[in-house]
Order: sequence, then C-alpha cells, then structure tokens
Amino acid sequence: MDPAAAKLIGAGLATISLAGVGVGIGQIFGSFVQGALRNPAAAPRVFGNVLLGFALTEAVALYALVIAFLILFVF
Amino acid sequence: MEHGPFHQFIIQRYVPIQIGGVDASYTNASLWMTIVLLAIMALMVLSVRGGALVPSRMQSMAEMAYEFIANMVRDNAGQEGMKYFPFVLSLFLFILFCNLLGLIPYSFTPTSQIVVTLAMALVVFIGVTIIGFARHGLHFLSFFVPQGVPVLLLPLLVPIEIFSYVFRPISLSVRLFANMLAGHTTLVIFAGFVVSLGVLGGWLPLTFIGALYCLEVLIAFLQAYVFTILTCLYLNDALHLHH
Repeated sequence: MDPAAAKLIGAGLATISLAGVGVGIGQIFGSFVQGALRNPAAAPRVFGNVLLGFALTEAVALYALVIAFLILFVF
Repeated sequence: MEHGPFHQFIIQRYVPIQIGGVDASYTNASLWMTIVLLAIMALMVLSVRGGALVPSRMQSMAEMAYEFIANMVRDNAGQEGMKYFPFVLSLFLFILFCNLLGLIPYSFTPTSQIVVTLAMALVVFIGVTIIGFARHGLHFLSFFVPQGVPVLLLPLLVPIEIFSYVFRPISLSVRLFANMLAGHTTLVIFAGFVVSLGVLGGWLPLTFIGALYCLEVLIAFLQAYVFTILTCLYLNDALHLHH
C-alpha cells in the first residue's frame, strides 16, 4: 500500500476513539440532569464535579487527536 | 506551513543565547511568559495597593481568585495543605493567564508547548513525592498497596498502582497541552474555511468561529482549574495516606 494512503487511514482510524468520548460526555451531563431534576437543591454543589468530569473526558478525545497528529506529521 | 494551522506554534528566537551548548535563547515563548508574569503582578500588586474595604472591580477580581483557590486547597487537601497554597495559586494564575492571553489573535500560547506543561507537571509530581516521603518516610510506599484487597491479588494490583502513579505527570501535561493545541488548530482551520468559501459562503464558518471562541475561553479557564484541582488531589494523597 502507498505509505501516504496508509498514514491517512491510520489517522482516520485514530478518531474512532471519539465514539467512547461521546458516550462519556453524554453520560456525564445526562446523569447530572437526571440528578438535578430529582434533587434541584443539590445541583449547584455538584456542578463543579460535572465540569471536572467533562474536562477529563474531553482530554481523552484530545489524546486521540494528538495520536492522529503524530501519525500524520511525525512519521 | 507558512499559513498552515501549525504556523502559530513555531518557536522564534529573538535573542540567541548559548550557555555551554544549551540553547537558552529568549524566544517568543519566553516573551509571552514574561508578559503573563507582568500581567499577574499588575493584577495582584496594583489592585490591592489601595486595599479599600469596599473593593474596586480589579481588587475584587484579585480577591475572588485568591478565595477560589484558598477554598479549593482547603476542601481538597485539608488545613495542612494550606502550607502549599502560594504555590497552587501561582500555578493556577500562570496557567490561566497563559491560556487567556494566548487567545488574543497573533499572540503566542506558552501552554501549547509540551515542554512548558511537562515542566510544570514534573514540578508537581516530584514535589508531591518528596512531600510524601518527608512526611511519612518509607511508610509512604504503603500508598501503592490498596487496602482491603485479598493478598493473592496484590502482585497484580501493586504494579498497576505504581504505573498509574508514574503516569500522572504525563496525563497532567498532555491534557493541558493537547487542549490548547486542539483549540487553536481548530480556530485556524475554520478561519481557512472562511477564506476559501469567500464573501458569499464564509458567514457560516465565521459564526461558528464565534461560538468556538466562547468555548475556548471556557476551556482556558477549565483546564487551569483541572490542573490545579488535580495538584490539590495529589497533594492530599501525599499528606493523608489512604483517606
């Protein structure tokens, strides 16, 4: 196979991990809304944790992005 | 590469300095770190100089940053953690200002360089490990042995604990670096769409850039917050074993 084509395919495959990140971020905010509707008084207290979880999950997507960049531009 | 999405991350030497074969040039990264330090000093020193009882806008911003981090350290690392509060506040302000000033067009983001973030993460990692050993002696090694686990599982779990501990500075630094890199690259790619679509179709990506920019401001704050809160959590691990 042409190495340039293999590189592009590899970078594309690296973005599959975004599926997991999508599930994760949906889970975080879905659970937050559910919990907030059950007990609205407690909602502001956990919002910091929600943002922390969001940032940590989003970082996983960016690890995939870094790997895609490494495949495209380093090798 | 001249106008590509990665052009903004290229380091330019302004004043070349060589110290014994080590390249210690004054670069655009150094310049922007100097600007960040001056901005932080302007905020923290000038605003509280008057020390009014009813604070001005600048003074209340400085006080809010102070209280925000003081509460974070107290909640996450306990009263003993307050000894390290000045370090945590400096770390938070430095990362926040690097991220925010990097969002100014044609500026440079020092936190988009893995060298900068890895250096900060290693300072946190080595410092926390030294604190742990200084406080608990060799007893700190029990941190790697999970409690309430069958002895049979320990040969499996202890290497995993050690691995996840050693991996901390890498995940801490790559998280910040990758967020900054990805955000700035996305902005430039969408700006390229505006140019290539022209006057008629360019409005759509332009509005999208506006929305992305707001997200980037949020992420600039959020990543500084995440970096500091994880520092507090690591500090808590070193100060109080198994809590």
